[in-house]
Amino acid sequence: MNNISRIKDVLKSFFAEIGELSFFTVRFFKEVFKRPFEFKEFLRQCYNMGNQSLFLVAVTGFIIGLVFTLQSRPTLEEFGAVSWMPSMVSISIIREIGPIITALICAGRIGSGIGAELGSMRVTEQIDAMEVSGTNPFKYLVVTRILATTFMIPILVFFGDAISIFGSYMVENIKGNVSFLLYYNQVFNSLEFSDIIPTTIKTFFFGFAIGLVGCYKGYNCKKGTVGVGIAANSAVVYTSMLLFLIDFIAVFITNIFVDI
Amino acid sequence: MSTEANNTEHIIDIQNLRKSFGDNCVLDGFNMYLNKGENVVIMGKSGSGKSVMIKCLIGLEEPDSGTIKIMGKDISKISTDELNELRTEIGFLFQGSALYDSMSVRENLEFPLRRHTKKFGKIKDTTQLVMEALENVGLAHAIDLMPNELSGGMKRRIALARTLILQPSIILYDEPTTVLDPITSKEIILLMMSIQKKYNTSSIIITHDVDCARVISNRMILLVDSINYAEGTFLELSTSKDPKVQAFFK
Ligand SMILES: Nc1ncnc2c1ncn2[C@@H]1O[C@H](COP(=O)(O)OP(=O)(O)O)[C@@H](O)[C@H]1O
Ligand SMILES: [Mg+2]
Repeated sequence: MNNISRIKDVLKSFFAEIGELSFFTVRFFKEVFKRPFEFKEFLRQCYNMGNQSLFLVAVTGFIIGLVFTLQSRPTLEEFGAVSWMPSMVSISIIREIGPIITALICAGRIGSGIGAELGSMRVTEQIDAMEVSGTNPFKYLVVTRILATTFMIPILVFFGDAISIFGSYMVENIKGNVSFLLYYNQVFNSLEFSDIIPTTIKTFFFGFAIGLVGCYKGYNCKKGTVGVGIAANSAVVYTSMLLFLIDFIAVFITNIFVDI
Repeated sequence: MSTEANNTEHIIDIQNLRKSFGDNCVLDGFNMYLNKGENVVIMGKSGSGKSVMIKCLIGLEEPDSGTIKIMGKDISKISTDELNELRTEIGFLFQGSALYDSMSVRENLEFPLRRHTKKFGKIKDTTQLVMEALENVGLAHAIDLMPNELSGGMKRRIALARTLILQPSIILYDEPTTVLDPITSKEIILLMMSIQKKYNTSSIIITHDVDCARVISNRMILLVDSINYAEGTFLELSTSKDPKVQAFFK
């Protein structure tokens, strides 16, 4: 009996959370077209986000490219198919690994940052102070941040992909003496629009999800310092889950439209 | 007690305010008014709903029922723009100062100036207004510091300066001296009084600091059991026989 009621409570709060998140999303779309556009704050957020995560994305991207190539090289060698390396690397990185890894890193870096920042602003009444100062805090804080992540994550992913492929090139250059030009030539030859377009669209959704969940958790933060921790933490957890879900849906839809 | 005065003279008039969060009934028919030039102190236990009341007053929380009139305008019946215009006339000093910690002191003070464009128009150079507000609280040298470089007392003063920069005619103080040491508290109280004199403001002061209440109040309201339980001057209330009232002055 006790267990059943506990499961009921968990389900109830889960659906309540989803409902609230939907309201939050609707509110975003309602307010995003309203004046004023807070363009300056948007730019500031874009700059901050890029600044915070560029280095992380570069390092992880590079290592992923490097390791991925090192790991798959022996297998390809066995089949005498090392010359396929560039196209294999580029397709897997651009389609899947690059976006999801970069998005996960940004969820940890940017999403939790937003959750903590807005959470502490809520707890210390800074959001209230903003409202009293004739500013719509939802527009100023939430809309700008969601737009900024939606805009910046694709750029970061693009950047991460490029560095990843460079990491892969380094391995090929050392082990197989492939020149830079030849390698990148093969990379671009093997890529088609059906590889690039869906993955780019996907990254916009990734960015939106990171901003949305971070803002939702922070903006609705419960009182007290514990609340801020929970906001930051759950922002990362929920965003990561959502990212995989979006990824799955994106691949699913892509497969319907782009039949191979 | 002169509870029933001419209604039109009250610059703030709250009637029958009710507000609950779920099952937690915080305010259950709270009434008060504020006359021009008056300092009203509101006392109540921690968690009795003082902050909720003052947030309803400025439109940060929506009351379940009751009317709130500020300068004759019912705030539930006006548009967001009108409400924002009204808010330029009301300064709000938050319980924890609520300085924006991603902005410097100067930017903190500029924020309301740049946002409430109706009252001042588009100001190009805010330096003079910012300096004047900072000089009022004796912290002109802190203009380029960040909030995390300030002590608690300094933060409270900067927050006060940010409140004053719009030259409001009403100031709402939410526990202006809480978590400050006694000496700093006294300084803040003196500052509040000098501001009152200089700009001829009316204020509502929430506090449970009896000393603060004694020096600053023209009239006091005790918020007990979700209503305006008792009302009167400091002297009247502090000599009251009611044990619930006496509890505040021990
Ligand atoms: N946003 C909120 N959601 C739920 N309960 C709240 C909220 N704000 C205040 N409360 C509750 O209202 C009561 C009064 O709070 P408050 O006005 O902050 O007290 P105080 O008189 O100390 O300022 C408390 O019991 C608090 O838990
Ligand atoms: Mg309070």
